[in-house]
Amino acid sequence: MAGSMRVRAKEKNGIVTVKALITHPMETGLRKDEDGNIIPEHFIQEVTATVGDKVVFTANWGTGVSKNPYLSFKYKGSKGDIVTLSWTDNDGHSDSLEAEVK
Amino acid sequence: MDRRTFLTAGLGLGTLCVAGSVQAAWPKEAFEAQESNALIDMLTSSKLAPSDAITITAPDIAENGAVVPISVSTTLEDVTRISIVVEQNPLPLTSTYDLTADSVPYVSTRVKMLKTSNVVALVEAGGKSYSGVREVKVTIGGCGG
Repeated sequence: MAGSMRVRAKEKNGIVTVKALITHPMETGLRKDEDGNIIPEHFIQEVTATVGDKVVFTANWGTGVSKNPYLSFKYKGSKGDIVTLSWTDNDGHSDSLEAEVK
Repeated sequence: MDRRTFLTAGLGLGTLCVAGSVQAAWPKEAFEAQESNALIDMLTSSKLAPSDAITITAPDIAENGAVVPISVSTTLEDVTRISIVVEQNPLPLTSTYDLTADSVPYVSTRVKMLKTSNVVALVEAGGKSYSGVREVKVTIGGCGG
């Protein structure tokens, strides 16, 4: 699932704002396809953000998060930090991306 | 809704759930709960207190329920978790966020909404539970099906 993410991180007054877009269907398991078969649930369960070896933020998601999820959060950091964002879904797929704080 | 009735209504279902599961990595029971009062009990450590210090930013009217931008921020200190609950969704818990000492209590995402509903933000701060509520009207529902 490489290339599923776009991440931007910007520092202002000691606060880093991270914005991320992930390409993912986020299927609820409630929808049906054209033949009336239920489309199985397929959604990102966890997104973690680490700086160095420290976890600064974790998102736990259910099926109620929109398709191609957007996530933004803030932490106390500085320019030049390398933020690593990783996600895993209920099928065991995952991806991660590093972004340098501007 | 009257807060007292709201809370007592949740007690019955809440007691069936294991209280210790709150800190689990991915709160499975809470995500699978079909009743918002039940999951609120699972995600809160104390009696829920309504708080003006919680700001929910959301559209008053969402034309497309499949993509409703929601942001939650708070001036409360020592925030360890923020959860976003859409009361009228088939599975009301959309997401929970674990914060650390380095976090700023702010999160923004986009959620699905089946229909017009209260959006509840649950905030754990300093070992206590607080909530903020905001109604979002939905013209076209977005949970599929």
